[in-house]
Amino acid sequence: MTQGSSPLASPQKLRNYPSYRGGEGMVAWAFHRISGIGVWAFIVLHVFDIWLIGANPALYDALGEFYSSAPGRVMETLLGAALFYHALNGMRIVVMDFWPALTIYHRGLWRAVWVTFFTFGLPGAYIILKPIWEMAA
Amino acid sequence: MSAQKYSISGRPRPTGSRVDLYVWWAVRISSLALFVLALAHFSMTHFVFDPGIQSAEWVRQTRWNSITLRVLDWGMLMAVLVHGFLGMRTVMQDYVPSRIRQASLIGLYAIALLLFVLGTQVVVTLPMD
Ligand code: HEM
Repeated sequence: MTQGSSPLASPQKLRNYPSYRGGEGMVAWAFHRISGIGVWAFIVLHVFDIWLIGANPALYDALGEFYSSAPGRVMETLLGAALFYHALNGMRIVVMDFWPALTIYHRGLWRAVWVTFFTFGLPGAYIILKPIWEMAA
Repeated sequence: MSAQKYSISGRPRPTGSRVDLYVWWAVRISSLALFVLALAHFSMTHFVFDPGIQSAEWVRQTRWNSITLRVLDWGMLMAVLVHGFLGMRTVMQDYVPSRIRQASLIGLYAIALLLFVLGTQVVVTLPMD
């Protein structure tokens, strides 16, 4: 089995990352990896909690209270941001992998990821967070 | 050929190992399904319906009162088991010391198997009206 998945293979030690390669490619890769791990961790929890709908509905509803509380909503906003960034940047990776000729536009694709992220993400965050101050009022 | 193996931020297409090449493809194919399913799912659970109303009883009576929605949710579970766990395999190969790598990967796949069983069980057995 080959090891290593960094865009330019060699450095495996965390302390090497800041000095290796640099630029958008490295930021995109680091964010992609961190968001992927974060969303994965949530999904492990999330399949368990969905299983509770059948196994223990009362416990599921108690967890649901947390999901709709203020701290719960802040966490969901962060989860949504991680998922949305990962999905958009993932499509950027797939597009360049499947149509390598488009790699020359990587800078434009990278910009498109962030424009899309904020265009849909900010209203989305507003919708998720709004009940916090509506409940308070 | 070198352009084929290189992408600005993705893992380069593996050339050394057949298994790694299949993983590379499986992560990408499943990501296309997840792009639609996971983003639609998040929108449904946060923008269309507020988390505050989605009790166990609500899920049973509305969201999962449809075979189609159950099949789609189960399909999303399958896609995420492929994508998320093969993605984590790559991450663990990068960071887990070789001494305990094999055991850790077995643990990873065991979690995937457990989620497969729990997720499938609730989708199939939750009563419908
Ligand atoms: C929503 C649509 C998604 C898309 C388009 C997508 C796309 C991708 C792509 C293309 C890769 C490969 C990156 C590379 O080889 O460099 C990847 C890696 C990964 N994805 Fe996703 N993904 C999505 C959703 C998810 C979800 C829901 C999870 C959580 C379970 C997840 C977890 C991961 C992990 C852990 C990796 C490995 C990261 C790494 O090797 O650095 N992804 N994703």
